[in-house]
Amino acid sequence: MNIKKIKWNHYINYIVIGIFTVVLTVMSLNGPLNSSLLFLLEKVAISIILAVSLSLVVGFLGELSLGHAGFMCVGAYLGGKVSALLVPSLGNGIAAFLISLAVGAGVAALCGVIIGIPALRLRGDYLAIVTLAFGEIVKSVFQNTSKETFGGAIGLNTPRYDKKYLFIIAFTLVLVTLAIIQNFIRSKHGRAVTAIRDNEIAARATGINVTKYKLITFTLSATFAGIAGVLYSYSNYTVQSAKFGYNYSIEILVMVVLGGMGKINGSIIAATLITYLNTKLATVLTGDLAVLQNLFYALILIVIVIYNNAPALKQFRNRYDVSAILKKIFKHRSDPSHVKDDAQKWDVVPTKIEMNEVLSVDMVPPEMKDYNKGNGGKK
Amino acid sequence: MENYILETKDMGISFGGLKAAQNVNLRIKKNQIYGLIGPNGAGKTTVFNLLTGVYKPTAGTFYLDGEELKGLSQEKINQKGIARTFQNIRLFNNMTVVRNVMVGLHNNPQFKCSLWESLFRLPRHFRCEKEMRAKAKELLCIFDLEDERNNLACNLPYGKQRKLEIARALATDPKLLLLDEPAAGMNPHETEDLVRTIKLIRDRFDMTILLIEHDMKFVSGLCDEITVLNFGTVLTEGKTKEALSNPEVVRAYIGG
Repeated sequence: MNIKKIKWNHYINYIVIGIFTVVLTVMSLNGPLNSSLLFLLEKVAISIILAVSLSLVVGFLGELSLGHAGFMCVGAYLGGKVSALLVPSLGNGIAAFLISLAVGAGVAALCGVIIGIPALRLRGDYLAIVTLAFGEIVKSVFQNTSKETFGGAIGLNTPRYDKKYLFIIAFTLVLVTLAIIQNFIRSKHGRAVTAIRDNEIAARATGINVTKYKLITFTLSATFAGIAGVLYSYSNYTVQSAKFGYNYSIEILVMVVLGGMGKINGSIIAATLITYLNTKLATVLTGDLAVLQNLFYALILIVIVIYNNAPALKQFRNRYDVSAILKKIFKHRSDPSHVKDDAQKWDVVPTKIEMNEVLSVDMVPPEMKDYNKGNGGKK
Repeated sequence: MENYILETKDMGISFGGLKAAQNVNLRIKKNQIYGLIGPNGAGKTTVFNLLTGVYKPTAGTFYLDGEELKGLSQEKINQKGIARTFQNIRLFNNMTVVRNVMVGLHNNPQFKCSLWESLFRLPRHFRCEKEMRAKAKELLCIFDLEDERNNLACNLPYGKQRKLEIARALATDPKLLLLDEPAAGMNPHETEDLVRTIKLIRDRFDMTILLIEHDMKFVSGLCDEITVLNFGTVLTEGKTKEALSNPEVVRAYIGG
């Protein structure tokens, strides 16, 4: 019974997104959905793909990448260009879409390899700066192309795709992304990647080819950013390089951090919420109030981060955690909630720990923690 | 040479003008437990780092089972058959105990499964994962860690972390196991347990073990032969008892 429960846990994100998509599809059969809702849905799908693919590098490989929007930019321009070239001959159908998707993802993957090669030598802050530079380079390269090639500063116009069903394709791609990335994490290869994150020296001494796995992770992550880029070009009709700056990379990083490092489901939820929040703020605060958009966005982020991490609130939530209370009442044998990231849940076989024991792991009173920390600091 | 599992020939390394180790000649026979001792800063860990490819020797070379391994990368040397543990424990802290061992099994040809097979969940992936887990559990049983298999490595008590590190090293299926101060920081009870475990490893896996240790009781109880290092050079070598009673060794440790 326990094993079944864990499998549910594993597939829950596919199921939720699948049901969500099916419901919306059925709704759209009765009559086309509101165009702003459609646009929001596409945006959400793009954000989820971006956040999940970035979380592969940040959460599982443990390297900071600030150039994710750069990979997306490559995918958007290449995909948009290819579809613009193909549509006259192939028609604006699924064939043109798939080919541009392949090209966009492929070239983004190539960029992933290129950026992965310095990544093998650099670590931490240095790598972050290299990726940051990469993003800015990509942006300015496309900005300075001629009007005939990639549109330069005005941007590249892409063919108008039938928007009615684009969201179905977008969410199908979300599912594909999720499947491949989760399969990767929950395999021996993903295990090698998390081993590198935890202790690179030990990973080398255990015979893990660190170079190879860093390169694979970067490439995989870039590929899906490229796919998100192609989707973006189909969703927006026009691709402007200014959009893919530093700020956008940070926004994706915020999604990953808010969702929790190494937690795919968290990234999905955070991506959805932040995208929704951004769009809502833009529609609610218009005119003179538009200047407040960024302020509110920042305030909400601060509140969420504090809510997630403040010790007092953590304790409060632990005490009034509905699922924990229910479990206590029914004396269920628990699944070990102290296991930190998704990759591990897969491995967890039912254990004999009782709920109160599990709680105690995270229930060191916060004042004790602070006390210990304070002492260490003084010394 | 044919008798030795590990043979180093005038191996040494210098960092600029500092000769951290020079003219180190180790000859370790199969199935031996060999000790490497010496006062602090004598270059013991440097020798380990040379043997595992962390540093490349600037002089001399070394052979494992007759095959020259000088200049290979760390992961290649591990795949050729030298596994190690670290002086300050290096586990994959945020991973469960069983996963730690499964990382050790990564390169085992028995559990081959390509990236594509994993990405698309082909049957071989499931078979490989299942077999890996079973094999890892088997190893954990030997080290009495099987009840801890779903705990995070960082939550284990110290003695068990040491054991887990040895289990992970053994999972890579080495010919030679290097243990860097395995008994450091252990209480007498844990040390005793460790002596038993190391002997068990030798007998059960037909393993050759090279270890660094400061605890002389531990060394004389366990090692067949030892080499004493001081200031990066070999002071003496031979049967444990004889080498330990050598007046030069006593002087190196106590001074005077």
